[in-house]
Amino acid sequence: MSLDAARERPSGSFFYNPRVRGLFWQAVLILVVGFLGYEAVVNAATNMRARGIPTDFAFWDRVASFDINLTLISYSATSTYGRAFMVGLLNTLLVAAIGVVLATVLGFFLGIARLSKNFVVAKLSSFYVEIMRNTPLLLQLLFIYNAVLKPLPNPRDSISFGAGFYLNNRGLVMPDPQFAPGAGFILAAGVAGIVASVFYRIYAKRRQAQTGEILPVGRVSAALILLPPVIVYLLLGQPISFEMPILRGFNFVGGLRVLPEFVALVLGLSLYTAAFIAEIVRAGILAVSHGQTEAAQSLGLSRSQTLKLVIIPQAQRVIIPPLTNQFLALTKNSSLAVFIGYPDLVQVFAGTVLNQTGAAVQVIAITMAVYLVISLITAVIMNLYNRRMALVER
Amino acid sequence: MSLYLRRDEAPTMPPPVRAGGAIGWLKDNIFSGWVSGPLALAFIALIVWVTPDLVRFFILDAIWTADDGAACRVQGTGACWAFVDRKLDFFRYGSYPVAEHWRVDVVIMLGTVLSARLLWPDGKKSTFGLFAFLIGIPLFIFLMIPGPAAIIREPSLELAILAGGIALACALEFSKLRTLWVGLIFFVLYPVLGAYLLKGSPLLGLIHVDTNLWGGIFLSLLVATIGIVFSLPAGILLALGRRSELPAVRFFSILYIEFVRGVPFITVLFMANTMLPLFVPDNWSPDRLMRPIVGFALFAAAYMAEEVRGGLQAIPKGQSEGAMALGLSYWQRMRLIILPQALTLVIPGIVNIFISLFKDTTLVAIVGIFDFLRAIDAARIDPVWSGPTVSPTVYTFAAAFYFIFCFGMSRYSQMMEERLNAGRRR
Amino acid sequence: MKAIAATFLAAMTLGAMSQSAAAQAGSKTLDLIKQKGALTCGTNTGLAGFGLPDDKGNWTGLDVDLCKGIAAAIFNDPTKVKYIPLSAKDRFTALQSGEIDVLARNGTWTQSREAELGLLWVGVNYYDGQGFMVRKKLNIASALELNGASVCVQQGTTTELNMSDFFRTKGMKYEAVAFADINEAVKAYDSGRCDAYTTDASGLYGSRLKLVNPDEHVVLPEIISKEPLGPAVRQGDDQWFNLVKWTHYAMINAEELGVTKANVDDMLKSPNPEIKRLLGVEGDFGKGLGLSKDWAYRIVKHVGNYGEVFSRNVGEGSALKIKRGLNSLWSAGGIQYAPPVR
Repeated sequence: MSLDAARERPSGSFFYNPRVRGLFWQAVLILVVGFLGYEAVVNAATNMRARGIPTDFAFWDRVASFDINLTLISYSATSTYGRAFMVGLLNTLLVAAIGVVLATVLGFFLGIARLSKNFVVAKLSSFYVEIMRNTPLLLQLLFIYNAVLKPLPNPRDSISFGAGFYLNNRGLVMPDPQFAPGAGFILAAGVAGIVASVFYRIYAKRRQAQTGEILPVGRVSAALILLPPVIVYLLLGQPISFEMPILRGFNFVGGLRVLPEFVALVLGLSLYTAAFIAEIVRAGILAVSHGQTEAAQSLGLSRSQTLKLVIIPQAQRVIIPPLTNQFLALTKNSSLAVFIGYPDLVQVFAGTVLNQTGAAVQVIAITMAVYLVISLITAVIMNLYNRRMALVER
Repeated sequence: MSLYLRRDEAPTMPPPVRAGGAIGWLKDNIFSGWVSGPLALAFIALIVWVTPDLVRFFILDAIWTADDGAACRVQGTGACWAFVDRKLDFFRYGSYPVAEHWRVDVVIMLGTVLSARLLWPDGKKSTFGLFAFLIGIPLFIFLMIPGPAAIIREPSLELAILAGGIALACALEFSKLRTLWVGLIFFVLYPVLGAYLLKGSPLLGLIHVDTNLWGGIFLSLLVATIGIVFSLPAGILLALGRRSELPAVRFFSILYIEFVRGVPFITVLFMANTMLPLFVPDNWSPDRLMRPIVGFALFAAAYMAEEVRGGLQAIPKGQSEGAMALGLSYWQRMRLIILPQALTLVIPGIVNIFISLFKDTTLVAIVGIFDFLRAIDAARIDPVWSGPTVSPTVYTFAAAFYFIFCFGMSRYSQMMEERLNAGRRR
Repeated sequence: MKAIAATFLAAMTLGAMSQSAAAQAGSKTLDLIKQKGALTCGTNTGLAGFGLPDDKGNWTGLDVDLCKGIAAAIFNDPTKVKYIPLSAKDRFTALQSGEIDVLARNGTWTQSREAELGLLWVGVNYYDGQGFMVRKKLNIASALELNGASVCVQQGTTTELNMSDFFRTKGMKYEAVAFADINEAVKAYDSGRCDAYTTDASGLYGSRLKLVNPDEHVVLPEIISKEPLGPAVRQGDDQWFNLVKWTHYAMINAEELGVTKANVDDMLKSPNPEIKRLLGVEGDFGKGLGLSKDWAYRIVKHVGNYGEVFSRNVGEGSALKIKRGLNSLWSAGGIQYAPPVR
């Protein structure tokens, strides 16, 4: 705009030329930011050297010599700090991934329940949403951690669910599947089942468009996905065995164990985020014109069909952008793990590693960069999905 | 591909049965379907099952007064409110010297009255609402912060503070002082006065109270207020920068906003705590309390900027063009035309950000700041009071505190939303 | 945004590596302290016996008393100390950055901390070693029976590393449950999350007091590491280093010479030349430290000698009831030994 104005007044004073002024202020800004940045860097270098703080990344390959109690990849005290970083990163991603799924499922359920005509269901879900949204996540986490942890019995008095499942204050212990050779075929059969169910779905849709006949998609896909692995499993002579947990000494030996810190963190993050997702879903559904519901009802669709076929597909467009923000918030909030002792990226890397190496600047810069990259990747994926959804619009 | 068309008419459904009265209500609201019906029943069963236990735990079996934790450790007793009662001063003021608590009370009272006046929407006010505002808010904060114990301890001083608060509220309300002036007092005069009161100054005859003694609810409110107050102007500038036509300005604004929004608050705090002292010359190193506050304010500004940008985008371009046609400069356009409209639009969103910022203040504990939650955690490990019911009790207390504040703010935001929509509803 | 992150990282690294002239940090710490009117002392966030604030912000403890001693030597007023509670995480950065003048926070003296972090330990005010605490009802007599146990620990400490070494060399399995805050770790142990809790033995006694039922827990006899705990200062200010070091030694010398808080005024008349020199009756030994002549008198007068401080905070006179052991004077079978004042 201002550029147009400039062209109309070419003879004006040089100093009052908006373009000149724009350039001038930008130059000032760049100089100021550059100066501050330069000062910060020089000061940091000076201060760090004066205080003997390491300034390189040599620590990355040194032996960590501390242990971590949840490792998705092989790690021991003789591994390097770099390896410890990977362990922490994977633990963060694990919590974030499971948390996102749980929060989405629960959030959709709550959001729809809030709009239910049923007084009790609607009121209770809005009660839940208000409580969760208006108290700090950290408080909820501490509450869950101390409430999940404390009432549970010690390993010797574990609550047994049968079939090798035990619950105690060291977490949930369950049988660990052991894969014998040939187990890969079961996976392959499962994948084949999924592919087959996708094709069946396409076929059913086409069939419906042509003849009006509605094929039972849900049941058939379930059978297609579940049956092949089971059949292959039986045919191959049951190549998967389970290592049962046994109580020996202090703890259960063998089996898989889910840490209470993990449970508390996943539960806390998903219960909290679900309340926000519920609000997003509710707003999204309300954004779909009421005429759509009425039209669907007059076509004879049931309430659940109306939701599934008419409302949610349209609401998705409104829901997805804020939903992305919630997913990112959940991932970032997983850093609260540090308060309850779950070994995530911040706890392991920006905690123990920083402390043992003293390389504060490098460690924090890397940690921030990791979260930035995670945010970026999530944003890109969700934007792609969003674009696909938006294309439906005419 | 020939598309299927239904040729025969679908069977007509029976008309919906509408039963009135109690049975009809029950049918609509409880036994309303195959999913929600059982769900409602399950919820009711849950409430019936849990409520008596909760009532027993929190009220009937609760220990209200005790000198130490022995009474709370007895098997089968409920919530240990005596613990909260005993530690209340610590929760409110941290280690701030007891004799100087009144200074904190005064600062909180002034801040509440001023900000309440700013947030109180103009326009028609009922007499009841007016009285509720003039007396209710000071009284509420008064009971919330210094509490009845302080009134008993030092009745004249505390009641004087309360009376001062009510008098100030009345003065602000009836003097028809323009909101702009109140804003100036709140944003310029009040912080200076507050800082001198809290830190102490020989000029005012107040002893110096070092920031490492500050703590508790008062510190949580302080961190939140500074963050919020700073974030608004900074957020507006950043939002304007992001929509600027000058590429350098836009670039730096986007860089800053996206960077801060992309990292967890905890890492910002770590950075403020360990890296900020490295970035400044040796003897400029900020106070240990100031660092997380600076981090918090910088963090808050980025989120505020995005909210304000939403408002800016919603203003039709014609507004800007019209203003330009009148010969207004950029800053005049923004100040007189665009920002007033844009900010009004996003008031609910801004309040929502306030809520989330207030909740985020709990994280400053990670860098050793003694906020409310950390004061609670510190008090919780007192061996004299240790017992199985102490943690649930004190966490419930904290949850109630945060809930009252956040829920109040969210209700306020809904009220504003309705008022704002009233103008657009034709 | 990737570009942003990359730029940021590059800037950090470049900046960190660039070779600009280094300013000498922390010169004349003492002058700065006098100018500020108070000593800034980094302490524990709350460890009974070493550094613990009460509800009103009054600090007590063995480490705290050293800070009080320094303040007494400088200002003749032990209250002129500003305490900054520090977690294990940021204790060294706080000292490096000049935020605190002395770190009296039961920190372990190690080679790398001096060689790589730019710190100096002035001495050892508590000879300690790492131990384990378990529940009595587990019926464990030795740390060697801890195979398979879950152990709570504070992260980022030498404790965490020693524990890892111990279990590895003994070929035992265990689960390390690390917490950022020492109190969180103790709380988790108390609630049954872990079978054992490990930290310096002195800390175990202090932490035991914070448990719901202290009598149900027992400290195992094994000491798995050397933990010389002491106050640390920044490198580069030798005068300040000496001042802190001699404050510590003055307290030990006072105990050796029998000078106590109670009798220090009478001792001024003592004919013993060593006492005369210590209390500044004869000669001026404070000058070289930047202090007055009666510096050691002030320390003993306001804070007491090492034995008194030990007894009051962690020994028989305290709730911890830790025996002197290694921390007895050299003349009483221990290894606390101070060079003479002369």
